[in-house]
Amino acid sequence: MQFGVFTVGDVTKDPVSGRTLSEAERIQQIVTVALKAEEIGLDVFATGEHHNPPFVPSSPTTLLGFIAAKTSNILLSTSTTLITTNDPVKIAEDYAMLQHLADGRVDLMMGRGNTGPVYPWFGQDIRDGIALAIENYALLRRLWREDVVSWEGKFRTPLEGFTSTPRPLDGVPPFVWHGSIRSPEIAEQAAYYGDGFFHNNIFWPAEHTARLVNYYRQRFEHYGHGAADQAIVGLGGQVFMRKNSQDARTEYRPYFDHSPIYGGGPSMEDTMEQTPLSVGSPQEIIERTLTFREKFGDYQRQLFIADHAGLPLKTVLEQMDILGEEVVPVLRKEFDSLRPAHVPEAPTHASLKAAADRAQALETVSPVVAGIEETK
Amino acid sequence: MTTERKIAVVSAGLTTPSSTRLLADQLTAAVRDNLDGRGTPYQVRVFELRDLAHDLTNNLLTGFPSKELGEVLEYVVQADALIAVTPTFSASYNGLFKMFFDVLDDKALVGKPVLIGATGGTERHSLVLDYALRPLFAYLQAVVVPTGVYAASSDWGPHAVALRSRVERAALELVDAMSNARPAPVDPYANPVPFEDLLNG
Repeated sequence: MQFGVFTVGDVTKDPVSGRTLSEAERIQQIVTVALKAEEIGLDVFATGEHHNPPFVPSSPTTLLGFIAAKTSNILLSTSTTLITTNDPVKIAEDYAMLQHLADGRVDLMMGRGNTGPVYPWFGQDIRDGIALAIENYALLRRLWREDVVSWEGKFRTPLEGFTSTPRPLDGVPPFVWHGSIRSPEIAEQAAYYGDGFFHNNIFWPAEHTARLVNYYRQRFEHYGHGAADQAIVGLGGQVFMRKNSQDARTEYRPYFDHSPIYGGGPSMEDTMEQTPLSVGSPQEIIERTLTFREKFGDYQRQLFIADHAGLPLKTVLEQMDILGEEVVPVLRKEFDSLRPAHVPEAPTHASLKAAADRAQALETVSPVVAGIEETK
Repeated sequence: MTTERKIAVVSAGLTTPSSTRLLADQLTAAVRDNLDGRGTPYQVRVFELRDLAHDLTNNLLTGFPSKELGEVLEYVVQADALIAVTPTFSASYNGLFKMFFDVLDDKALVGKPVLIGATGGTERHSLVLDYALRPLFAYLQAVVVPTGVYAASSDWGPHAVALRSRVERAALELVDAMSNARPAPVDPYANPVPFEDLLNG
């Protein structure tokens, strides 16, 4: 099972100190968080993609390329890559390039975005959101899998004999997750291709999330990629921890109350009851996170949101230390011991390359086998 | 055998008791009488939006309903008919009333018979039914019965007889409309669109 952190990249005033970081400071902070994730032994760092203030990460491969150069183990991902408004040709090129520079430590999560005006800013219409996600991704897959592509669709200028460069590392395209909160069409898309499905999970009641995750699992099986419980599921999570539960709640409360998402809504306690938000002792966080498995089945990737809502860097790094020292090692052990042998890990470049090599070996072997059959 | 009809009543009065609830109760009673007369089995649930005011605000901010509000919304979705009554505020329905229909799924009322009612201090506001409520429910593609019932303060005294006849006419229209079959709500999870269709869409 993979554990990691994902950043939204918001520049939010710290409600306690009253200080707002500059974009320069915030960008450095995101890099520090990514390096810390590697240091504490997490598996994944993922960045969001936004094109409006107060968010800074508009250029994910620049950020991830820089982090790739400073790390050697952690897998770099997105949360999410806007498949609707980015040109699929540019996604194919950018992430193949990143894949080479990061030595395969790359996967992506496709998303439609949640900011309406982004569509017109990039020349699209929000009413085409699903159709864009379907068509653009279908093209992206071909660009990574076929050396020469001729293509015509509804949303992008046609391609004639086009080759996306660089070709994916070792001829193996990055693994793709599809993120969605409420769209069965996107779960359907993930299931059809046998790709991963990620539910942000935070902010939503478990029943809501489970409906979509279970739908994806059933459709994964329907399309013949394996049993429903072998589908590749990722979930978000949001935690704040201190040794004593009450200290965690007292310290986190002003950040909750002034959060751009939570502020003005139900109380922190109600939100903790209704959604996966966990504020408490490391033991409470462990117990809560283990309930995800009961609700959504054995899953492959757990991402926590680390830096957000104006939390100071020092606090974020302390949180990550607790995560790395006390929470993730226990969760790893627990999840691994509970997971049946037939449930796979999330694909990585190494596992996909091994599978591709095996497939090729079979192909080269089979004519010989056929020849033997004929001479009999 | 006639199947049991479900009737949802939504009242956006702000006080307890309120004249809005009084009108909602009269409309409900008239619908009950009519169904009793036809021997149609039914159940009625009346929802005071005041009790759900905080849950409605929270739903707007979080994007999902509390358990209690979720059950109310589900009842309205499943109902065969809706009686919706609001006080008149600034030439329209009040904010509480609108919040309820903002968080209700926008397909929930398609084809559903709806009886609209409104209350106000004087008769001068009576067009609120036709200029505010009717367009709202037209947008939601509900089947609003021709008679809407507006009750001013005076309708609770000297004009009560005239009010009663409007109430009875509206109730008759609602029950008549309920006998028409309407499409069952579509569950996108139960009937997935195959991916090939999405791809060729």
